[in-house]
Amino acid sequence: MTDGQSTAEAGHYGKEVRSDLHVSVEPRDGGGLELNLESRVQLYYGEAILAQTRQVLASLGVKHAKIAIHDEGALPFVIAARLEAAAKRAALAAGKNALPDPASPAAPPTARDRLRRSRLYLPGSEPKYFINAGLHGPDAIILDLEDSVHHAEKDAARILVRNALRALDFGACERMVRINQLPLGLQDLAEIIPETPDVVLVPKVERPEQVGEVDRVIHELKSRHGIDRPIWIMPILESATGVENAFAIAAVSPLVCSVTIGLEDYTADLGVAKTAEGRESLYARTRLVNAARAAGVQAIDSVFGDVGDMDGLRRWGQGSRALGFEGMGCIHPAQIRVIHHAFAPSPVEVEKALKIVAAFEEAQQRGLAVVSLGSKMIDPPVVERARKLVARARQMGELSPP
Amino acid sequence: MTEKLELAQNAVGRMVPAMVNGKPQIPYLGVGQFQPRGRKSAPPVRSSKHYPADGDKRVPDLETALRKCGLRDGMVISNHHHLRDGDRVALLALQAAARIGVKDLMWFPSASFPSQKGAIELMENGIIHHIEGSMNGPLGDYCTQGRMRGMGVLRSHGGRWQAIQDGDVHIDIAVIAAPTADSFGNADGSHGKSACGSLGFALADSTYADHVIVVTDNLVPFPCIPWQIQGNNVDFVVELDSIGDPAKIVSGTTQITRSPDRLRIAEYVARFLRETGIMRNGFSFQAGAGGIALAFVDYLRRMMKEDGVKARFVRGGSTKYLVEMLQEGLTDYILDGQTFDLDGVRSIAADPRHVATSPFTSYNYHGKGNFASMVDAVVLGATEVDVQFNANVVTHSDGRLLHGIGGWQNCLASRCAILAVPAFRDRIPVIVDQVTTLTGPGELIDVVVTERGIAINPRRQDLLDAVKNSALPIRPIQDIKAEVERICGGKPARPKLGDRPVAVVKWVDGTVLDTVWQVV
Repeated sequence: MTDGQSTAEAGHYGKEVRSDLHVSVEPRDGGGLELNLESRVQLYYGEAILAQTRQVLASLGVKHAKIAIHDEGALPFVIAARLEAAAKRAALAAGKNALPDPASPAAPPTARDRLRRSRLYLPGSEPKYFINAGLHGPDAIILDLEDSVHHAEKDAARILVRNALRALDFGACERMVRINQLPLGLQDLAEIIPETPDVVLVPKVERPEQVGEVDRVIHELKSRHGIDRPIWIMPILESATGVENAFAIAAVSPLVCSVTIGLEDYTADLGVAKTAEGRESLYARTRLVNAARAAGVQAIDSVFGDVGDMDGLRRWGQGSRALGFEGMGCIHPAQIRVIHHAFAPSPVEVEKALKIVAAFEEAQQRGLAVVSLGSKMIDPPVVERARKLVARARQMGELSPP
Repeated sequence: MTEKLELAQNAVGRMVPAMVNGKPQIPYLGVGQFQPRGRKSAPPVRSSKHYPADGDKRVPDLETALRKCGLRDGMVISNHHHLRDGDRVALLALQAAARIGVKDLMWFPSASFPSQKGAIELMENGIIHHIEGSMNGPLGDYCTQGRMRGMGVLRSHGGRWQAIQDGDVHIDIAVIAAPTADSFGNADGSHGKSACGSLGFALADSTYADHVIVVTDNLVPFPCIPWQIQGNNVDFVVELDSIGDPAKIVSGTTQITRSPDRLRIAEYVARFLRETGIMRNGFSFQAGAGGIALAFVDYLRRMMKEDGVKARFVRGGSTKYLVEMLQEGLTDYILDGQTFDLDGVRSIAADPRHVATSPFTSYNYHGKGNFASMVDAVVLGATEVDVQFNANVVTHSDGRLLHGIGGWQNCLASRCAILAVPAFRDRIPVIVDQVTTLTGPGELIDVVVTERGIAINPRRQDLLDAVKNSALPIRPIQDIKAEVERICGGKPARPKLGDRPVAVVKWVDGTVLDTVWQVV
């Protein structure tokens, strides 16, 4: 065993663990590989797991080691990630990685002003939640490397999230990653940018320079890896200072697609209790909406933490939309539908907007400068708002295409 | 096993033993192809002269009762499983037989449970020769490891009635645990500290066995009202302090699944019924007490309310959710085969619209019809289903016994049989090229609902047409299978099974559908 190398482990096992595995790697000076596998799916995939393990270790350049695996039905992208994390913790495989087969077809890039009503948080250390997340139909999934990942697990989660971005099909969902606060977040970027997440969420932003740095690093990594599709940035404002700088932060980079707020940290910063009514954060939230509008980006609300309270969630979502937010976070798939419903325009709104758009089109055809509906004159901004609402309603599936 | 192993190929290509426990077998011929003949089996004629005129048939204990029934080597002793994992009576009866010193009994429970693993010791020391009835857990392993002397015979609830009625199985002594009984032997399951709801599984035993012993921990003065079991069929009554552990007889409340994936499956099933128009005024359905089935009932109930639709009847396994539907007027009746939770037990005792049924009325294929084929839709589980829609419910993919058949095979007669299953469990795909143990022929399975899409059997063009314009993810079963295999990193290896049969799976008509092989 050479200097710095010692036995290391990664992953989880146990009766309650699903879709994960635990691996320990004991570096050796010679003697090749000794593999030991216990798996819940031994009869069905035992050979496949051993074959994959050899392949992964070969790409990592691990030639001599004793490897013990406890598998709880992990999928191949998880197996590769856990092996890589353990090998790196054992000071083997530095600078190398073992990428799983890419999902085919690759997810198409997303638009800056895409629909972002709901984004489902997935803890970056829990692969079991990744696999079917896309099926529940949120507008986006967030692979989280920040608050839901224990400090000691950051390195392993980074590799797991990278592999998930590469190998998993999240359907029509936008693929987001919440990185850690800088400077730790820079390591996250280096790992994940090659797998082209659509949006990078940057937590606890207080100053525009922080977003500027993320922007610069993303540019560098994209050009190094030959990536030309857009990777958007969503800063999360979680403090009084951040909220005060909302406009500067939202406007600092053309990569910013939306800004959002983290109310747990924000209310802690203010020293007030977070309530279901949210009066304590009304100023911050309206300030954020205004700043986002001024910068031409979306304002997205925080999460609603009580998974059991669907009525509270509905009220919060409706209130959010009324303030000018275009979406919010969710922490359980059951929240998605309620949120989509809350952020959808009502049938009455849609009907009125359709009438205005029809009147506008009729006026255009007849070469009239003034749009009128019945006896009322319609101002241009009203027409514009109606057109946007109709377009959004179509995106949301609340209205069939013309 | 002393008999020479001779295998025959049945109509679906499965190799099945020609003889099982010394009896010649008919290999499965196809749905509806076997024509039974002859007359039903019957118990011996008795005279009231030999029974106490005051109706008091009590004896001090089980051992005395068994002796008075003439227990001998090689007899068949039966039990019902309405007390589920809480049952104490079956083991006590078998242990009493052991004290009497008899050998080579056949134990014929309507299902066995893990708490009855004491039966293994009785098989090891020769008291029990073999078990015919569902086995799982330790008893299932004992069987699939090839340690049981005879072959296991797995029958559906309806198939068990058929076997008794047709004389395939002759019960010498039925020992019936009864939550309430009188000294004449009238008995019922809906009252008493060990109340379990219906006693339907014991009805065949009570009417066809040579001797019947009722065992109760709640003896009431004659008459025991209601009397699902009639004392006129009963030889002896035994009183015990406790026939079972109430905590394990019924669950306090049955729980809906919290898994988002399983909720999604449940919602798809409910939407499927709504969008095909199966959910309409006067319709009927059946769902079990598993997590997905309960969630399905909850979704369907909301949709029925939204659409103002009412069912004529629902088939239990009853639970709180069916009881609430009855109370809300969403169904006229619950026709209950077994009662799963406390709400079900209270309801069947108190509400005349909550009716106890039996395998005879609900499931028996060798009758003049049965209820199962009159149910508009049934929601079932499975461990595996293949691309021809054949399904396995009795073994794991590795061949170990997992579940009894229960009413599963019988329910396939429904107008729309739906399997609600996750696309994969751990890493193991549920949709396979060929099921390990065939339990239900694909021609009777209409729909497979997974979280990744809904596959409709191509035989059901009517259902395909009904959802043509639906937003539901209707997909060919091969598509879902291919997607899951991609996710799981290829097809699973097929475990090697032994070449010695350890049990057979009977079809509802008594023919042999498949073989369970020794696990090597």
